Amino acid sequence: MDTLREYQWLFSTMWVVWFFVLFTGILVWALRPSKRAALQKHADIPFRDEAR
Amino acid sequence: MASRDITYVEGPIKAFAIATMFWGVVGFLVGVVIASQLAWPLLNLDLEWTTFGRLRPVHTSAVIFAFGGNALLCTSLYIVQRTCRARLFGGDDMGWFLFWGYQFVIVTAALGYVLGVTQGKEYAEPEWYVDLWLTVVWVFYLIAFGGTLIRREEPHIYVANWFFLAFIITVAMLHIVNNLALPVGDGSGKSYGLAAGVQDAMIQWWYGHNAVGFFLTAGFLGMMYYFIPKQAERPVYSYRLSIVHFWALIFLYIWAGPHHLHYTALPDWAQTLGMVFSIMLWMPSWGGMINGVMTLSGAWDKLRTNPGLRFSVTAVGFYGMSTFEGPVMSIKAVNALSHYTDWTIGHVHSGAMGWVGFITFGALYWLFPVLWGKRSLYSERLVAWHFWIATLGIVLYITAMWVSGIMQGLMWRAYDEMGFLQYSFIETVAAMHPYYVIRFLGGVLYLSGALIMAYNLWKTVTAAPVLEPARVSPGAIAQAAE
Repeated sequence: MDTLREYQWLFSTMWVVWFFVLFTGILVWALRPSKRAALQKHADIPFRDEAR
Repeated sequence: MASRDITYVEGPIKAFAIATMFWGVVGFLVGVVIASQLAWPLLNLDLEWTTFGRLRPVHTSAVIFAFGGNALLCTSLYIVQRTCRARLFGGDDMGWFLFWGYQFVIVTAALGYVLGVTQGKEYAEPEWYVDLWLTVVWVFYLIAFGGTLIRREEPHIYVANWFFLAFIITVAMLHIVNNLALPVGDGSGKSYGLAAGVQDAMIQWWYGHNAVGFFLTAGFLGMMYYFIPKQAERPVYSYRLSIVHFWALIFLYIWAGPHHLHYTALPDWAQTLGMVFSIMLWMPSWGGMINGVMTLSGAWDKLRTNPGLRFSVTAVGFYGMSTFEGPVMSIKAVNALSHYTDWTIGHVHSGAMGWVGFITFGALYWLFPVLWGKRSLYSERLVAWHFWIATLGIVLYITAMWVSGIMQGLMWRAYDEMGFLQYSFIETVAAMHPYYVIRFLGGVLYLSGALIMAYNLWKTVTAAPVLEPARVSPGAIAQAAE
C-alpha cells in the first residue's frame, strides 16, 4: 500500500500519457487510408434491413 | 436479399413510442406550470404538493427520464434489432417487462416528489426504493440489449449501438454510485447518502454531468446515427468520423463534472481539470454535428419535402450550438458570471428542447408510420406547424434566459463607489419578471407543438392509409405490376 502511495504521482501522470497513446491509436486505426472503403461499407448497415 | 424469417419484437416498442409522446406532453405541461409559478408566484396555490420545489423535479424527471428515457428505450430496442438483424433477446416478454417496469419507476418517483420524499440530489431525487427497482429494470435492459447484440447476424456492430451500449453501461455505473445510501428504516422512505461534504458534491456532479453526457447526449446520438441516414435515404457522411466521434466523447465526457463546482470547496486542480475536459468536448461536439448535417449533402432538397427530417437536422444544429455554449460556460471566468443564474437554465433548455426534443420528434414522425404499417403520416402540414411553433418557442425561451441570466449575474456583482452591493436580491428578482413571462410563452408554444404532434400521430395510427403489403414480399409487387 505504501509503495502504491509513493508512486501515485507517477501513475497519475502515466494515466494521462496512456490515454493519449490509446486515443492516438484509435485515430490511426480509424483514419488510416487503407481502411477507408472497408469502414465506409459499415455505414450501409441500416439499409440492409428490408424495404424501409 | 437474404430471406427474412426474423420477426422483430414490435409491440412493446409501439408502447414505448406512445409513452414517449404521452410523457412528453405531461413533462412539457408541468414545465409550463412551474414557469408560470416563477412569473406569478400565487400559482403555487399555497399547497405543499404544488409548490415549485416539489413540482420542479416532477418536470425535470418527466422530460429527462420519462420522455427521454422512453424515447431511448423505444429507439434503442428498435435499432438494435434492425441493425443486428436479430430478434430482441428475451422476446416480447422481455420487452413488456422493460416497458411496465420502467413506467412503474416513473410513477413511483413522481409520487414521491409530490409527497415530499426526496434525496435532494438534482436529477437523482428518487429515494432508495425507486433506485433499487430502477437498477433491476436497467440490468434487464442491458441483458436484452447485449443479448441481441450477441445473437446478431450482421458481423459488424453498427455505430448507433455503440452509443446506446455506452449509455446503458455508464448510466448503470452513475446511478449505482451516486445513490449509495443507508435507508433510515422507519417507513418514511428517507435515507442518508454514503458520501459526505465535498466528496458527496463531486459524486453528485460526476453523476449529474454524465447524465447529460451519456443519457441526453450519447443515447440520442445513437438515434441520430440511425434516423438521419434513414430519413435522408443515404448512409452517414463518414463512418470513420463516427468512430472518432464516439471515442472522443467516451474519453472526455466522464471528466467534465467538476465544472458544476467552480469556486466551491472542491480543490482547485479538480475544477481546472473539469474545465479543461469540458473545453476539449468541442472535439466530439463538432465531429457529431459535421457528421449529422453532412449526411444530407446532395439531399438538401429533402428538408423541404420531409418535415420529420427537418426536426432531426435542426436538432443537430441545436446539438452543435448548446455543446458550443457549454464549454464556454465551463471556463471559470465565464462561470463566475453565469453560475446560479438563468443563463444555465437557458443553456440546458437549448440542449433539451432543441437537441433531445427535436431528435426525438424526428424519430417519432419516422417510427409511427413504420411501426403501424402506414403509408405516411396523417398530415405533413401539421408536422410543419409543429416544427415552426416549437422552434419559435425555443427561441423565445433561450433568448429570454440569456438576457435575464446575464442581467442577473451583472446585478449580483455590481457594487457602488463605497463598495456596497448596488442591488438588493429582491430587486434582481423583480427585474426578472418580464423574462419569466416570455419564457412561459415560449413553453406554451413548445407544448402546443407537442399537442399538435400527439393529434397527428394519433390520427396516423387510426386514420392514415395502410401500407400495401410491400414489406412482406417484394415479389408480389413485381407480379402486381405486370
